[in-house]
Amino acid sequence: MSMTCWETVQAYGLRSIGIGENLLPKSDFTICQQFTLIGSGLIWNLYFGVLALTFGFFLANAIALARNARNPMIRKPAEWFVFVFRGSPLFIQFFLAYEALVLLPKGGIDILGIHLNTSWTTRAWAGALLVLFLNTAAYSAEIFHGALKSIPKGDLEAAEAYGLTGWKKFIRIEWPTMLRLGWPAYTNEAIFLFHATTLVYFSGFPAFAQKGDALYYANYFADKTFNPFIPYPIVAFYFILLTLIVTFIYGRVNRHLNRHLPANTRSRIRLRPQLIR
Amino acid sequence: MFEVCADPKAIEGLTWAACYLTSAKHVDFYWSFLTVLLLLAITAPAALGMGFMGATVARSHVLPLSLLGRTYIWMVRGVPDIIFFLFFVIALDQGLEYIKNLFVCDGGAWPWQGLEFRVCPEAKVPLAKSSAFWHQAYGFMLAVVTFAIVFGAFVANVIYGAMNAVPRAQLETAEAYGMSRAQVFRRILVPQMWVYALPGLGNLWMILIKATPLLFLLGVKDIVYYARELGGSKTQAYEYPHGDWRLWYFLGLLVFYLVFTRISEIGITRLTRKLSHGQATAGGEALRKAAA
Repeated sequence: MSMTCWETVQAYGLRSIGIGENLLPKSDFTICQQFTLIGSGLIWNLYFGVLALTFGFFLANAIALARNARNPMIRKPAEWFVFVFRGSPLFIQFFLAYEALVLLPKGGIDILGIHLNTSWTTRAWAGALLVLFLNTAAYSAEIFHGALKSIPKGDLEAAEAYGLTGWKKFIRIEWPTMLRLGWPAYTNEAIFLFHATTLVYFSGFPAFAQKGDALYYANYFADKTFNPFIPYPIVAFYFILLTLIVTFIYGRVNRHLNRHLPANTRSRIRLRPQLIR
Repeated sequence: MFEVCADPKAIEGLTWAACYLTSAKHVDFYWSFLTVLLLLAITAPAALGMGFMGATVARSHVLPLSLLGRTYIWMVRGVPDIIFFLFFVIALDQGLEYIKNLFVCDGGAWPWQGLEFRVCPEAKVPLAKSSAFWHQAYGFMLAVVTFAIVFGAFVANVIYGAMNAVPRAQLETAEAYGMSRAQVFRRILVPQMWVYALPGLGNLWMILIKATPLLFLLGVKDIVYYARELGGSKTQAYEYPHGDWRLWYFLGLLVFYLVFTRISEIGITRLTRKLSHGQATAGGEALRKAAA
């Protein structure tokens, strides 16, 4: 039984989210199958990356501000949060989170008469997303905190001279400048967060019914065919594409943030390595 | 290990805990921390060497060489590093066996046959009859080479940037004194480059520390392996039965890494201060003013 490539795409294109053929190919592997299934797994990388970055952005802003607070009751917890998530490997954080979530009572928890089901928290879509969300928030908070510290003194004095104080000064001057200064580094963070999503299914969170991410399927093919030279370059290809798209989108935002500056003083986005966390 | 621990079922409390924590398996666990340190001790200089070579080659005036260096630097960008880890370990293993197969097997057939990678038994690395120690050591060696290749590219990127950051005037002055290109490189460029490379290298060192749990993925019995083994719940059939303690073991690993990265951070700050002495940078200027 051999399928045309289009049939393969129809059968496996959405396999990673449980739509289409139930059984993964077992023999006669074609390049088309590998491209399709690995591409299908990329849905999960996108899911983790986009959601973690979106939610993480807000938490990161809050933590960056908390780190800047004078009150140690607010500053200290924020500093510890950043220290714990930046100082330890993401891989260990995944394992730890999984083991912690498994320990939640299986029957659920009753809070104020409301019954909360807990079994879903050990699933990758929830548990791993939580870890990635907190992790990216910590890294981004460090970036934004650094940017907040490096706002030119003159800008702040000028704002005060215009009569801007407190919240108004923050929302009109400090916050936009912080974003502008931190954006190139934040772009790197976004790229490498997408890379980090490939760790999810190798770190304790099981893939149910063989529904996994791009690297999960690449690993499946490499194990089955004993040939790493096809599936891994395919994932690499997909990720280079993803990196280009992320760079483009963040570049547009960067242009928007820098639009008021003369062309030669705008900050450019440079790729800087941020390997495994 | 100790007399009192002969019958674990009969003891309890602190004695039990002491016996439990000194069981043979736990001693293996403690040794595996040394595996991590050993990996760092070998990989860091190896990656530094690879990176230095990569950066020097990328700066070469010969176009093919310079392209080669730049490709190496760009190789690890845009692609998740874990893919390189999974890829290189198999690829290196198969590459070695393929080359050995050309020499020791009759005919030296193409080994990628359908769904199998087949070489004659004599070409296996290590040989199937070798002891478990050699299999572990071989796995560890593959991991070291893989780490060195991947991190070498990151180091090359940092050093390449640092070499370009050394002020042109310094190099031109050296040339004006009649130094050859090699002399300028050795006497002026390399000694001055480090202060520019240090922030990037320090960052990479922290990342390297945090990459060490990936040894587990490469099949080495490292701290993650033992944490899962020892922490898993043990029935009465075991000497020391207990529930699922994996959370506590991973918490231990977390603390280990936090302490390790914190100490490194302090060390890097000190080193930066030291290297900034007498340099034409803001840091060097600040030190000069403080001393005066």
